[in-house]
Amino acid sequence: MIEFGYSLQANRQIDMDLNNLRMLKYIRNNEPSIDWCMSCGTCASGCTAAANCDLSLRRMILMVRRGEEAEIHDLVFRCRFCGKCLNACPRGVNTRNVIYWMQQAVININAL
Amino acid sequence: MKSIAIIGGGVAGLEAATNLSRMGFSVTVIEEKDQPGGKLNQWHALFPNRRPAAEVLASLKNHAKLGINMMLNTRVENIEKNDDGFALALNHNRMITAHAVLLATGFELFDASKKEEYGYGIYDNVITSVDLEQAFEKGIIKTAEGKIPKKIGFIHCVGSRDEKAGNPHCSKVCCITGVKQAIELKERIPDSEIFMFYMDLRMFGRHFEELYKEAQVKHHIQFIRGRLSEAFENQDNTVMIKIEDTLLAKPLKMNLDLLVLLVGMQPSRGIDKILHDLEVEKDADGFLKQADSQLTPSKTNVPGVFAVGTVTGPKTIGETISDARAVTLEIANYLHNKVASKILKNESYFI
Ligand SMILES: Cc1cc2nc3c(=O)[nH]c(=O)nc-3n(C[C@H](O)[C@H](O)[C@H](O)COP(=O)(O)OP(=O)(O)OC[C@H]3O[C@@H](n4cnc5c(N)ncnc54)[C@H](O)[C@@H]3O)c2cc1C
Ligand code: SF4
Ligand code: SF4
Ligand code: SF4
Repeated sequence: MIEFGYSLQANRQIDMDLNNLRMLKYIRNNEPSIDWCMSCGTCASGCTAAANCDLSLRRMILMVRRGEEAEIHDLVFRCRFCGKCLNACPRGVNTRNVIYWMQQAVININAL
Repeated sequence: MKSIAIIGGGVAGLEAATNLSRMGFSVTVIEEKDQPGGKLNQWHALFPNRRPAAEVLASLKNHAKLGINMMLNTRVENIEKNDDGFALALNHNRMITAHAVLLATGFELFDASKKEEYGYGIYDNVITSVDLEQAFEKGIIKTAEGKIPKKIGFIHCVGSRDEKAGNPHCSKVCCITGVKQAIELKERIPDSEIFMFYMDLRMFGRHFEELYKEAQVKHHIQFIRGRLSEAFENQDNTVMIKIEDTLLAKPLKMNLDLLVLLVGMQPSRGIDKILHDLEVEKDADGFLKQADSQLTPSKTNVPGVFAVGTVTGPKTIGETISDARAVTLEIANYLHNKVASKILKNESYFI
Protein backbone atom coordinates (compact mmCIF):
# COMPACT_ATOMS: atom_id res chain seq x y z
CA MET A 1 0.00 0.00 0.00
CA ILE A 2 1.23 3.47 -0.76
CA GLU A 3 1.84 5.51 2.38
CA PHE A 4 0.45 9.00 1.78
CA GLY A 5 1.38 10.30 5.19
CA TYR A 6 -2.22 10.84 6.30
CA SER A 7 -3.81 9.27 9.33
CA LEU A 8 -7.27 9.37 10.83
CA GLN A 9 -7.65 11.16 14.08
CA ALA A 10 -10.45 10.71 16.57
CA ASN A 11 -13.23 13.25 16.10
CA ARG A 12 -12.42 16.21 18.35
CA GLN A 13 -15.70 17.99 17.79
CA ILE A 14 -17.93 18.68 20.76
CA ASP A 15 -21.37 17.53 19.70
CA MET A 16 -23.84 19.22 22.01
CA ASP A 17 -26.74 17.23 20.56
CA LEU A 18 -25.22 13.86 21.44
CA ASN A 19 -23.55 14.88 24.65
CA ASN A 20 -25.31 14.21 27.89
CA LEU A 21 -25.18 16.70 30.74
CA ARG A 22 -25.82 14.08 33.45
CA MET A 23 -22.46 14.70 35.11
CA LEU A 24 -23.15 18.41 35.38
CA LYS A 25 -26.56 17.73 36.92
CA TYR A 26 -25.14 15.21 39.38
CA ILE A 27 -22.29 17.48 40.52
CA ARG A 28 -24.61 20.48 40.70
CA ASN A 29 -26.96 18.54 42.96
CA ASN A 30 -24.13 17.72 45.34
CA GLU A 31 -22.08 20.90 45.00
CA PRO A 32 -24.10 23.75 43.49
CA SER A 33 -21.14 26.14 43.48
CA ILE A 34 -19.94 24.52 40.23
CA ASP A 35 -22.36 26.95 38.57
CA TRP A 36 -20.53 29.94 40.01
CA CYS A 37 -17.47 29.30 37.84
CA MET A 38 -16.71 32.05 35.31
CA SER A 39 -13.79 30.31 33.58
CA CYS A 40 -11.15 32.77 34.74
CA GLY A 41 -8.45 30.18 35.30
CA THR A 42 -7.16 31.48 38.63
CA CYS A 43 -7.52 27.96 40.06
CA ALA A 44 -5.37 26.41 37.36
CA SER A 45 -2.72 29.12 37.42
CA GLY A 46 -1.69 28.22 40.93
CA CYS A 47 -2.49 24.52 40.89
CA THR A 48 0.24 22.44 42.52
CA ALA A 49 -0.32 19.55 40.11
CA ALA A 50 -0.63 21.55 36.90
CA ALA A 51 3.10 21.89 36.35
CA ASN A 52 3.37 18.14 35.86
CA CYS A 53 0.15 17.23 34.12
CA ASP A 54 -2.78 18.70 32.19
CA LEU A 55 -4.92 19.25 35.26
CA SER A 56 -6.96 22.44 35.05
CA LEU A 57 -10.11 22.83 37.07
CA ARG A 58 -11.25 25.55 34.70
CA ARG A 59 -11.07 23.19 31.74
CA MET A 60 -12.61 20.30 33.67
CA ILE A 61 -15.61 22.39 34.67
CA LEU A 62 -16.07 23.41 31.04
CA MET A 63 -15.85 19.80 29.91
CA VAL A 64 -18.49 18.84 32.42
CA ARG A 65 -20.65 21.72 31.20
CA ARG A 66 -20.32 20.52 27.61
CA GLY A 67 -20.83 16.86 28.52
CA GLU A 68 -17.34 15.85 27.36
CA GLU A 69 -17.23 13.01 29.87
CA ALA A 70 -14.30 11.04 28.52
CA GLU A 71 -12.02 14.06 28.75
CA ILE A 72 -11.97 14.24 32.52
CA HIS A 73 -11.81 10.49 33.31
CA ASP A 74 -8.11 10.39 34.07
CA LEU A 75 -7.38 14.02 34.73
CA VAL A 76 -9.71 14.42 37.65
CA PHE A 77 -7.72 11.87 39.66
CA ARG A 78 -4.52 13.92 39.34
CA CYS A 79 -5.76 16.40 41.90
CA ARG A 80 -3.94 16.30 45.25
CA PHE A 81 -6.72 18.06 47.13
CA CYS A 82 -4.19 20.56 48.41
CA GLY A 83 -6.83 23.29 48.32
CA LYS A 84 -4.77 26.08 46.76
CA CYS A 85 -7.47 26.63 44.19
CA LEU A 86 -10.04 26.92 46.94
CA ASN A 87 -8.22 29.94 48.34
CA ALA A 88 -7.68 31.41 44.90
CA CYS A 89 -11.11 31.23 43.29
CA PRO A 90 -12.57 34.77 43.10
CA ARG A 91 -16.12 33.50 42.91
CA GLY A 92 -15.76 31.27 45.92
CA VAL A 93 -16.39 28.01 44.09
CA ASN A 94 -15.93 25.13 46.53
CA THR A 95 -13.29 23.72 44.24
CA ARG A 96 -12.23 20.68 46.26
CA ASN A 97 -15.80 19.60 46.67
CA VAL A 98 -16.43 20.09 42.96
CA ILE A 99 -13.44 17.88 42.16
CA TYR A 100 -14.52 15.28 44.70
CA TRP A 101 -17.96 15.07 43.10
CA MET A 102 -16.38 14.98 39.65
CA GLN A 103 -14.47 11.92 40.78
CA GLN A 104 -17.65 10.39 42.16
CA ALA A 105 -19.37 11.12 38.86
CA VAL A 106 -16.63 9.34 36.94
CA ILE A 107 -16.69 6.36 39.30
CA ASN A 108 -20.47 6.07 39.25
CA ILE A 109 -20.98 7.11 35.65
CA ASN A 110 -23.24 4.20 34.82
CA ALA A 111 -25.54 4.98 37.70
CA LEU A 112 -26.02 8.65 36.82
CA MET B 1 -36.70 84.32 24.69
CA LYS B 2 -33.87 82.11 23.47
CA SER B 3 -34.96 79.13 21.42
CA ILE B 4 -33.58 75.67 20.85
CA ALA B 5 -34.41 73.23 18.07
CA ILE B 6 -33.95 69.61 19.12
CA ILE B 7 -33.73 67.16 16.24
CA GLY B 8 -34.88 63.73 17.42
CA GLY B 9 -37.47 62.95 20.09
CA GLY B 10 -36.05 59.77 21.63
CA VAL B 11 -34.93 59.39 25.22
CA ALA B 12 -32.21 62.00 24.72
CA GLY B 13 -34.37 64.54 22.91
CA LEU B 14 -37.31 64.23 25.31
CA GLU B 15 -35.24 64.53 28.46
CA ALA B 16 -33.24 67.50 27.14
CA ALA B 17 -36.47 69.18 25.99
CA THR B 18 -38.06 68.84 29.42
CA ASN B 19 -35.07 70.31 31.22
CA LEU B 20 -34.45 73.14 28.77
CA SER B 21 -38.10 74.07 28.86
CA ARG B 22 -38.10 74.09 32.65
CA MET B 23 -35.12 76.46 32.52
CA GLY B 24 -37.26 78.89 30.56
CA PHE B 25 -36.09 78.35 27.02
CA SER B 26 -38.41 77.99 24.06
CA VAL B 27 -38.04 74.41 22.88
CA THR B 28 -39.10 72.71 19.63
CA VAL B 29 -38.64 68.98 19.13
CA ILE B 30 -38.48 67.78 15.54
CA GLU B 31 -39.31 64.07 15.31
CA GLU B 32 -39.58 62.24 12.02
CA LYS B 33 -41.79 59.43 13.35
CA ASP B 34 -45.44 59.73 14.33
CA GLN B 35 -44.61 59.33 18.01
CA PRO B 36 -41.75 60.33 20.30
CA GLY B 37 -39.71 57.85 22.35
CA GLY B 38 -37.32 56.43 19.74
CA LYS B 39 -36.17 52.87 20.26
CA LEU B 40 -37.79 52.76 23.67
CA ASN B 41 -41.04 52.09 21.82
CA GLN B 42 -39.61 48.75 20.73
CA TRP B 43 -38.37 47.38 24.08
CA HIS B 44 -40.47 45.27 26.40
CA ALA B 45 -38.51 45.27 29.66
CA LEU B 46 -35.28 47.08 30.48
CA PHE B 47 -32.02 45.73 31.83
CA PRO B 48 -30.89 45.26 34.49
CA ASN B 49 -34.02 45.52 36.63
CA ARG B 50 -36.55 44.35 34.02
CA ARG B 51 -38.69 47.41 34.48
CA PRO B 52 -41.38 47.74 31.77
CA ALA B 53 -40.06 50.05 29.04
CA ALA B 54 -43.55 51.52 28.69
CA GLU B 55 -43.32 52.89 32.22
CA VAL B 56 -40.12 54.82 31.49
CA LEU B 57 -41.51 55.99 28.16
CA ALA B 58 -44.74 57.23 29.74
CA SER B 59 -42.79 59.18 32.34
CA LEU B 60 -40.52 60.81 29.73
CA LYS B 61 -43.48 61.74 27.53
CA ASN B 62 -45.43 63.05 30.46
CA HIS B 63 -42.61 65.34 31.56
CA ALA B 64 -42.21 66.64 28.03
CA LYS B 65 -45.87 67.58 27.70
CA LEU B 66 -45.84 71.10 29.03
CA GLY B 67 -44.50 74.06 27.10
CA ILE B 68 -42.70 72.08 24.42
CA ASN B 69 -43.50 72.44 20.76
CA MET B 70 -43.51 68.82 19.60
CA MET B 71 -43.46 68.48 15.82
CA LEU B 72 -44.12 64.88 14.81
CA ASN B 73 -43.82 63.44 11.30
CA THR B 74 -41.38 66.24 10.70
CA ARG B 75 -38.16 66.22 8.77
CA VAL B 76 -35.47 68.83 8.42
CA GLU B 77 -34.93 69.59 4.75
CA ASN B 78 -32.25 72.21 5.11
CA ILE B 79 -30.43 74.19 7.80
CA GLU B 80 -28.72 77.53 7.45
CA LYS B 81 -26.50 79.19 9.98
CA ASN B 82 -26.81 82.96 10.28
CA ASP B 83 -25.66 85.69 12.66
CA ASP B 84 -28.47 85.11 15.04
CA GLY B 85 -28.45 81.32 15.05
CA PHE B 86 -30.06 78.84 12.72
CA ALA B 87 -32.91 78.72 10.20
CA LEU B 88 -34.41 75.27 9.70
CA ALA B 89 -36.51 74.47 6.66
CA LEU B 90 -38.90 71.60 7.45
CA ASN B 91 -41.09 69.41 5.28
CA HIS B 92 -44.46 70.87 4.15
CA ASN B 93 -42.72 74.21 3.59
CA ARG B 94 -42.46 75.09 7.23
CA MET B 95 -39.65 77.13 8.69
CA ILE B 96 -38.39 77.65 12.22
CA THR B 97 -35.49 79.55 13.70
CA ALA B 98 -33.42 78.71 16.76
CA HIS B 99 -30.49 80.13 18.68
CA ALA B 100 -29.05 76.67 19.24
CA VAL B 101 -29.49 73.25 17.66
CA LEU B 102 -29.37 70.01 19.59
CA LEU B 103 -28.76 66.81 17.63
CA ALA B 104 -30.55 63.93 19.37
CA THR B 105 -31.03 61.65 16.40
CA GLY B 106 -29.87 58.51 18.18
CA PHE B 107 -28.58 55.34 16.58
CA GLU B 108 -29.57 52.89 13.90
CA LEU B 109 -30.04 49.19 14.62
CA PHE B 110 -27.69 46.95 12.71
CA ASP B 111 -29.57 45.24 9.89
CA ALA B 112 -28.92 41.56 10.65
CA SER B 113 -29.68 40.46 7.10
CA LYS B 114 -26.39 42.08 6.12
CA LYS B 115 -24.65 39.21 7.84
CA GLU B 116 -26.12 36.79 5.36
CA GLU B 117 -24.10 33.88 6.75
CA TYR B 118 -26.25 33.94 9.90
CA GLY B 119 -29.41 33.45 7.87
CA TYR B 120 -31.60 36.26 9.16
CA GLY B 121 -34.44 36.73 6.71
CA ILE B 122 -33.46 33.44 5.05
CA TYR B 123 -33.90 30.78 7.75
CA ASP B 124 -37.24 30.75 9.54
CA ASN B 125 -35.92 30.30 13.06
CA VAL B 126 -33.29 33.00 13.13
CA ILE B 127 -34.53 36.17 14.83
CA THR B 128 -32.96 39.29 16.33
CA SER B 129 -32.99 40.58 19.89
CA VAL B 130 -35.39 43.27 18.67
CA ASP B 131 -37.81 40.62 17.36
CA LEU B 132 -37.53 38.86 20.70
CA GLU B 133 -38.41 42.04 22.62
CA GLN B 134 -41.51 42.30 20.50
CA ALA B 135 -42.35 38.64 21.09
CA PHE B 136 -42.08 39.26 24.85
CA GLU B 137 -44.36 42.25 24.43
CA LYS B 138 -46.95 40.07 22.69
CA GLY B 139 -46.34 37.27 25.17
CA ILE B 140 -45.85 34.63 22.49
CA ILE B 141 -42.55 32.78 22.14
CA LYS B 142 -42.82 30.21 19.35
CA THR B 143 -40.71 28.85 16.55
CA ALA B 144 -41.81 29.47 12.98
CA GLU B 145 -43.60 26.10 13.12
CA GLY B 146 -45.60 27.22 16.15
CA LYS B 147 -43.69 25.04 18.61
CA ILE B 148 -42.25 26.08 21.93
CA PRO B 149 -38.47 26.37 21.47
CA LYS B 150 -36.48 24.11 23.79
CA LYS B 151 -32.95 24.77 22.65
CA ILE B 152 -32.11 28.40 22.12
CA GLY B 153 -28.82 30.04 21.21
CA PHE B 154 -27.82 33.71 21.39
CA ILE B 155 -25.08 35.14 19.19
CA HIS B 156 -23.32 38.18 20.64
CA CYS B 157 -21.70 41.02 18.67
CA VAL B 158 -23.87 40.75 15.54
CA GLY B 159 -22.80 43.73 13.46
CA SER B 160 -20.57 45.04 16.24
CA ARG B 161 -16.81 44.59 16.67
CA ASP B 162 -16.92 43.61 13.05
CA GLU B 163 -14.89 45.76 10.72
CA LYS B 164 -16.22 44.01 7.67
CA ALA B 165 -19.73 44.94 8.73
CA GLY B 166 -18.49 48.53 9.01
CA ASN B 167 -18.74 48.68 12.79
CA PRO B 168 -15.45 48.33 14.66
CA HIS B 169 -17.00 49.51 17.94
CA CYS B 170 -18.61 47.59 20.78
CA SER B 171 -22.32 48.44 21.04
CA LYS B 172 -22.12 48.10 24.80
CA VAL B 173 -25.76 47.20 25.52
CA CYS B 174 -26.14 43.88 23.70
CA CYS B 175 -24.26 41.64 26.16
CA ILE B 176 -26.50 42.66 29.02
CA THR B 177 -29.58 42.65 26.77
CA GLY B 178 -28.76 39.04 25.85
CA VAL B 179 -28.35 37.98 29.47
CA LYS B 180 -31.63 39.68 30.38
CA GLN B 181 -33.47 38.05 27.48
CA ALA B 182 -32.01 34.62 28.24
CA ILE B 183 -33.34 34.86 31.78
CA GLU B 184 -36.74 36.02 30.54
CA LEU B 185 -36.89 33.06 28.14
CA LYS B 186 -35.87 30.59 30.81
CA GLU B 187 -38.58 31.91 33.12
CA ARG B 188 -41.18 31.50 30.41
CA ILE B 189 -39.90 28.12 29.20
CA PRO B 190 -38.38 26.48 32.29
CA ASP B 191 -37.39 23.25 30.54
CA SER B 192 -35.49 25.05 27.80
CA GLU B 193 -31.72 24.99 27.41
CA ILE B 194 -30.05 28.26 26.59
CA PHE B 195 -26.57 28.91 25.24
CA MET B 196 -24.80 32.24 24.82
CA PHE B 197 -22.01 32.48 22.24
CA TYR B 198 -19.81 35.44 23.07
CA MET B 199 -16.35 36.87 22.43
CA ASP B 200 -16.11 38.83 25.69
CA LEU B 201 -18.84 39.42 28.19
CA ARG B 202 -19.03 43.14 28.80
CA MET B 203 -20.94 43.49 32.04
CA PHE B 204 -19.84 47.06 32.60
CA GLY B 205 -22.81 48.51 34.44
CA ARG B 206 -24.04 48.43 37.97
CA HIS B 207 -25.84 45.14 38.77
CA PHE B 208 -24.87 43.66 35.38
CA GLU B 209 -22.28 41.19 36.71
CA GLU B 210 -24.85 40.02 39.26
CA LEU B 211 -27.34 39.38 36.47
CA TYR B 212 -24.72 37.34 34.60
CA LYS B 213 -24.14 35.23 37.71
CA GLU B 214 -27.89 34.85 38.21
CA ALA B 215 -28.15 33.56 34.62
CA GLN B 216 -25.52 30.92 35.39
CA VAL B 217 -26.52 29.90 38.88
CA LYS B 218 -30.28 30.24 38.95
CA HIS B 219 -31.10 29.54 35.33
CA HIS B 220 -28.23 27.25 34.27
CA ILE B 221 -27.63 29.24 31.11
CA GLN B 222 -24.40 28.14 29.41
CA PHE B 223 -21.83 30.66 28.22
CA ILE B 224 -19.63 29.42 25.40
CA ARG B 225 -16.83 31.62 24.16
CA GLY B 226 -16.58 31.67 20.39
CA ARG B 227 -17.84 33.55 17.37
CA LEU B 228 -20.14 31.98 14.84
CA SER B 229 -18.94 31.93 11.27
CA GLU B 230 -22.14 30.61 9.70
CA ALA B 231 -25.45 28.99 10.53
CA PHE B 232 -27.18 26.24 8.54
CA GLU B 233 -30.82 25.28 8.26
CA ASN B 234 -31.75 21.63 8.78
CA GLN B 235 -34.62 19.95 6.96
CA ASP B 236 -36.84 20.27 10.01
CA ASN B 237 -36.11 24.03 10.09
CA THR B 238 -33.92 23.81 13.17
CA VAL B 239 -30.68 25.74 12.89
CA MET B 240 -27.29 24.09 13.03
CA ILE B 241 -24.38 26.09 14.29
CA LYS B 242 -20.70 25.30 14.41
CA ILE B 243 -18.32 27.38 16.40
CA GLU B 244 -15.01 27.01 18.12
CA ASP B 245 -15.32 26.66 21.86
CA THR B 246 -12.26 28.85 22.27
CA LEU B 247 -11.81 28.16 25.99
CA LEU B 248 -11.51 24.45 25.24
CA ALA B 249 -9.88 25.01 21.84
CA LYS B 250 -12.25 22.55 20.20
CA PRO B 251 -14.87 22.79 17.48
CA LEU B 252 -18.44 22.57 18.75
CA LYS B 253 -21.66 21.81 16.93
CA MET B 254 -25.28 21.94 17.95
CA ASN B 255 -28.81 22.19 16.62
CA LEU B 256 -31.09 24.91 17.90
CA ASP B 257 -34.83 25.47 17.74
CA LEU B 258 -34.27 29.21 17.77
CA LEU B 259 -31.23 31.37 17.11
CA VAL B 260 -31.29 34.92 18.45
CA LEU B 261 -28.91 37.52 17.00
CA LEU B 262 -27.92 40.27 19.42
CA VAL B 263 -27.86 43.21 17.02
CA GLY B 264 -25.87 46.28 17.88
CA MET B 265 -26.03 50.01 17.42
CA GLN B 266 -24.53 51.82 14.51
CA PRO B 267 -24.30 55.48 13.58
CA SER B 268 -27.45 56.71 11.96
CA ARG B 269 -26.92 57.41 8.26
CA GLY B 270 -30.10 59.41 7.82
CA ILE B 271 -28.61 62.60 9.23
CA ASP B 272 -25.79 63.12 6.78
CA LYS B 273 -27.53 66.04 5.07
CA ILE B 274 -28.07 67.80 8.40
CA LEU B 275 -24.44 67.26 9.36
CA HIS B 276 -23.34 68.53 6.00
CA ASP B 277 -25.45 71.71 6.27
CA LEU B 278 -24.17 72.39 9.77
CA GLU B 279 -20.59 71.35 9.00
CA VAL B 280 -20.65 69.05 11.99
CA GLU B 281 -17.92 66.40 11.94
CA LYS B 282 -18.05 62.69 12.63
CA ASP B 283 -15.34 60.52 14.14
CA ALA B 284 -13.78 57.59 12.31
CA ASP B 285 -16.38 55.25 13.85
CA GLY B 286 -19.20 57.28 12.29
CA PHE B 287 -20.64 58.66 15.52
CA LEU B 288 -20.44 62.45 16.00
CA LYS B 289 -17.17 63.98 17.03
CA GLN B 290 -17.21 65.46 20.52
CA ALA B 291 -15.38 68.76 20.96
CA ASP B 292 -13.67 67.25 24.01
CA SER B 293 -14.76 63.77 24.99
CA GLN B 294 -13.76 64.28 28.64
CA LEU B 295 -14.63 67.91 29.39
CA THR B 296 -17.30 68.95 26.90
CA PRO B 297 -18.73 65.70 25.54
CA SER B 298 -21.95 67.27 24.28
CA LYS B 299 -20.38 70.04 22.19
CA THR B 300 -19.75 69.44 18.52
CA ASN B 301 -17.09 71.19 16.47
CA VAL B 302 -19.61 73.92 15.57
CA PRO B 303 -20.52 76.61 18.16
CA GLY B 304 -24.23 76.50 18.88
CA VAL B 305 -24.65 72.90 17.73
CA PHE B 306 -24.80 70.29 20.49
CA ALA B 307 -25.18 66.54 20.50
CA VAL B 308 -26.79 64.26 23.04
CA GLY B 309 -27.50 60.58 23.56
CA THR B 310 -26.47 57.74 21.29
CA VAL B 311 -25.66 60.08 18.40
CA THR B 312 -22.25 60.33 20.09
CA GLY B 313 -21.87 56.58 20.63
CA PRO B 314 -23.59 53.64 22.36
CA LYS B 315 -25.24 54.47 25.69
CA THR B 316 -27.76 52.94 28.05
CA ILE B 317 -30.93 54.80 28.89
CA GLY B 318 -29.50 55.89 32.24
CA GLU B 319 -26.41 57.26 30.55
CA THR B 320 -28.55 58.97 27.93
CA ILE B 321 -30.60 60.67 30.64
CA SER B 322 -27.45 61.93 32.41
CA ASP B 323 -26.11 63.14 29.10
CA ALA B 324 -29.38 64.96 28.38
CA ARG B 325 -29.23 66.76 31.71
CA ALA B 326 -25.60 67.69 31.12
CA VAL B 327 -26.27 69.11 27.67
CA THR B 328 -28.97 71.30 29.17
CA LEU B 329 -26.36 73.10 31.23
CA GLU B 330 -23.99 73.31 28.30
CA ILE B 331 -26.67 74.95 26.13
CA ALA B 332 -27.78 77.30 28.87
CA ASN B 333 -24.18 78.45 29.39
CA TYR B 334 -23.74 78.94 25.70
CA LEU B 335 -26.90 81.00 25.26
CA HIS B 336 -26.22 83.16 28.33
CA ASN B 337 -22.63 83.73 27.34
CA LYS B 338 -23.69 84.60 23.84
CA VAL B 339 -25.80 87.40 25.23
CA ALA B 340 -23.00 88.50 27.53
CA SER B 341 -20.40 88.46 24.82
CA LYS B 342 -22.61 90.48 22.50
CA ILE B 343 -22.96 93.12 25.18
CA LEU B 344 -19.17 93.22 25.45
CA LYS B 345 -19.06 93.52 21.65
CA ASN B 346 -16.99 90.43 21.53
CA GLU B 347 -17.48 88.74 18.20
CA SER B 348 -16.35 85.26 19.18
CA TYR B 349 -18.54 82.98 21.19
CA PHE B 350 -17.46 81.81 24.59
CA ILE B 351 -16.52 78.21 23.99
C1 LIG C 1 -31.53 45.67 21.42
C2 LIG C 1 -31.39 46.84 22.36
C3 LIG C 1 -31.97 46.79 23.62
C4 LIG C 1 -31.82 47.84 24.53
N1 LIG C 1 -32.32 47.71 25.79
C5 LIG C 1 -32.04 48.66 26.71
C6 LIG C 1 -32.41 48.47 28.08
O1 LIG C 1 -33.04 47.47 28.43
N2 LIG C 1 -32.03 49.41 29.00
C7 LIG C 1 -31.30 50.52 28.65
O2 LIG C 1 -30.92 51.30 29.50
N3 LIG C 1 -30.98 50.73 27.34
C8 LIG C 1 -31.32 49.83 26.38
N4 LIG C 1 -30.93 50.04 25.08
C9 LIG C 1 -30.32 51.33 24.72
C10 LIG C 1 -31.41 52.39 24.45
O3 LIG C 1 -32.23 51.94 23.40
C11 LIG C 1 -30.75 53.72 24.12
O4 LIG C 1 -29.99 54.13 25.24
C12 LIG C 1 -31.75 54.83 23.81
O5 LIG C 1 -32.67 54.41 22.83
C13 LIG C 1 -31.00 56.05 23.32
O6 LIG C 1 -31.89 57.09 23.07
P1 LIG C 1 -31.61 58.20 21.95
O7 LIG C 1 -32.62 59.24 22.14
O8 LIG C 1 -30.17 58.58 21.98
O9 LIG C 1 -31.80 57.46 20.54
P2 LIG C 1 -33.07 56.78 19.81
O10 LIG C 1 -33.81 55.92 20.74
O11 LIG C 1 -32.49 56.17 18.58
O12 LIG C 1 -33.99 58.02 19.41
C14 LIG C 1 -33.67 58.87 18.33
C15 LIG C 1 -34.91 59.59 17.85
O13 LIG C 1 -34.55 60.51 16.84
C16 LIG C 1 -35.44 60.38 15.74
N5 LIG C 1 -34.69 60.80 14.54
C17 LIG C 1 -33.61 60.20 14.00
N6 LIG C 1 -33.19 60.88 12.90
C18 LIG C 1 -34.04 61.92 12.75
C19 LIG C 1 -34.12 62.99 11.82
N7 LIG C 1 -33.26 63.11 10.81
N8 LIG C 1 -35.12 63.90 11.97
C20 LIG C 1 -36.02 63.78 12.98
N9 LIG C 1 -35.98 62.79 13.90
C21 LIG C 1 -35.00 61.88 13.79
C22 LIG C 1 -35.83 58.92 15.74
O14 LIG C 1 -37.03 58.71 15.04
C23 LIG C 1 -35.94 58.64 17.24
O15 LIG C 1 -37.22 58.94 17.72
C24 LIG C 1 -31.10 49.00 24.15
C25 LIG C 1 -30.56 49.09 22.86
C26 LIG C 1 -30.67 48.02 21.97
C27 LIG C 1 -30.03 48.12 20.63
S1 SF4 D 1 -6.87 21.07 45.03
FE1 SF4 D 1 -6.37 19.96 43.15
S2 SF4 D 1 -6.96 21.34 41.48
FE2 SF4 D 1 -6.86 22.57 43.37
S3 SF4 D 1 -4.80 23.44 43.36
FE3 SF4 D 1 -4.73 21.53 44.55
S4 SF4 D 1 -4.16 19.97 43.07
FE4 SF4 D 1 -4.80 21.73 41.89
S1 SF4 E 1 -10.87 30.15 39.84
FE1 SF4 E 1 -13.02 29.69 40.27
S2 SF4 E 1 -14.18 30.89 38.77
FE2 SF4 E 1 -12.05 30.85 38.08
S3 SF4 E 1 -11.98 29.09 36.65
FE3 SF4 E 1 -11.37 28.33 38.67
S4 SF4 E 1 -13.26 27.59 39.60
FE4 SF4 E 1 -13.84 28.87 37.88
S1 SF4 F 1 -21.86 44.65 24.31
FE1 SF4 F 1 -21.23 42.53 24.11
S2 SF4 F 1 -22.45 41.72 22.38
FE2 SF4 F 1 -22.50 43.97 22.26
S3 SF4 F 1 -20.84 44.51 20.89
FE3 SF4 F 1 -20.04 44.67 22.98
S4 SF4 F 1 -19.13 42.67 23.41
FE4 SF4 F 1 -20.45 42.43 21.59
